[in-house]
Amino acid sequence: MSIIEIKNFNLYYFEFHALKNINISIEEKRITSMIGPSGCGKSTLLKSINRINDTIEGARTNGGINISNQNIYADNVDVDFLRRNVGMVFQRPNPFPISIYENVAFGLKVNRIALDRNVIVETVEKSLRAVLLWDDIKDKLNKSALTLTLEQQQRLCIARVIAVAPRIILLDEPCSSLDPVATQRIEELMIKLKDNYTIVIVTHNMQQAARVSHDTAFMLLGELIEFDNTEKIFTNPTKKETEDYVTGRFG
Amino acid sequence: MRKSLDTIIETIIFICGMLSIVFVVLIFGFLFKEGFAFFKDFGVSKFITGQFWYPSSEPASFGILSLILGSILVTVGACLIAVPIGIMTALFISEIAPKGVRDVLKSLVELMAAIPSIVIGFVGMVTVVPLVKNIFNLSTGLTAFAGAIMLAFMAIPTIVTISEDAIRSVPWQYREGALALGATKWQTIRRIVLKAAMPGIIAAIMLGIGRVIGETMAVMMITGNAAHIPHSIFDPVRTMTATIAAEMGETVRGGMHYRSLFAIGLVLFIITFIVNFTADLFLGKKKNR
Repeated sequence: MSIIEIKNFNLYYFEFHALKNINISIEEKRITSMIGPSGCGKSTLLKSINRINDTIEGARTNGGINISNQNIYADNVDVDFLRRNVGMVFQRPNPFPISIYENVAFGLKVNRIALDRNVIVETVEKSLRAVLLWDDIKDKLNKSALTLTLEQQQRLCIARVIAVAPRIILLDEPCSSLDPVATQRIEELMIKLKDNYTIVIVTHNMQQAARVSHDTAFMLLGELIEFDNTEKIFTNPTKKETEDYVTGRFG
Repeated sequence: MRKSLDTIIETIIFICGMLSIVFVVLIFGFLFKEGFAFFKDFGVSKFITGQFWYPSSEPASFGILSLILGSILVTVGACLIAVPIGIMTALFISEIAPKGVRDVLKSLVELMAAIPSIVIGFVGMVTVVPLVKNIFNLSTGLTAFAGAIMLAFMAIPTIVTISEDAIRSVPWQYREGALALGATKWQTIRRIVLKAAMPGIIAAIMLGIGRVIGETMAVMMITGNAAHIPHSIFDPVRTMTATIAAEMGETVRGGMHYRSLFAIGLVLFIITFIVNFTADLFLGKKKNR
């Protein structure tokens, strides 16, 4: 059952045609990765799924993206509610310059998911446990989130997303500012999270895509070249461009 | 040849740098010398807490409490007006206004900073003063309130420019992160952007206060210059700066009155120093993070 269905989707930045007629169906509770050389539009496509692209000047779209059979680009869509359902983790860890606790509680408060303090405290703990951060920081919840290491910050950003209970989590090159050990641990976390969430990850690291994802989309110059099972993309791709890219001939 | 040119230029730069230090030290030295001479003769506590400013009667009385209260009243009043307007203007410019409006508004605010204070005083005298008189049904419009309004105009550009810088330097990733969690634009501004920009905003307010408290010309023209303890913001007041400006010309050089004006200058300097120092503290804190 596909949860995200992208149909004839186009995106322009002013005159620049950044995404060209994309069609893709993403399955529930699987990890889907998007790969391709820099500037191919993979991050742009990811950022269209929670409409965070709306904040960029000159961006306009046509075609649609359906999430659970509802077009998120329809006029009557509540964008704030959409973003709560489709969480996002960014390339550089971006914890807010407030306490660790407040970072996780933020989404609960702004969305009025929980107003009772005890419920918030509980949810914060549960979310931090889910990203395996709780034991490291349970004694310094009131410290600024900026005091954490980069890996911890990225975990915190994932916890912050989990706290508002989204169905989909989008990850935009979540490991690009982390060292290999931290990267491995975040990857392990993703695999654990896929039991409960649908995960879409953009990565410039092909090995990462091969390691963690079930399905892989290969993009080039704003077009979707090929979308298939990850194993098939990496071992027996249909298109010549895909093969050239995954074998390292360009990119 | 090249080497000696280098030495000459280095020496010139060195002298220029030293000169500005020397000037500052000389100004301080002069201020302290005359001010302390006055304190020695008259007494600090009598000077600061004395209620009566009769510098030329016999015997003379040099109490500046009414002047300090006058300055504080006008400054606090100006802040109450300028801070909310200034911060909201900064928010509008940096977060809400479309690009065209933003550029125009920014230039206008900067232009506002360039208006000479005498012009602000003049415009205030012919517009705000009669307005205050009529609206509040007072015997005179030359009041602390009128002064506060005009000084707010002078503080707003400082507050807007510096807090707008602070708000704009909040990393875009914070906003993106907050929006991506389902926060509305206003929730993002209030809970994240304002919080992150707070040190810069406080510095902006402090520098605005510094501008207001040292202002002379406009307040002299608008506040009525009555050296008595004000009972409300609708009383005429006289500020410390206006006293120095108005009376310096009539004093005997080296006399008690002359020195008392330096002593006022010294008090004023200490106040502005504290304000600026606080501002630096907050700006520094922002940089270190």
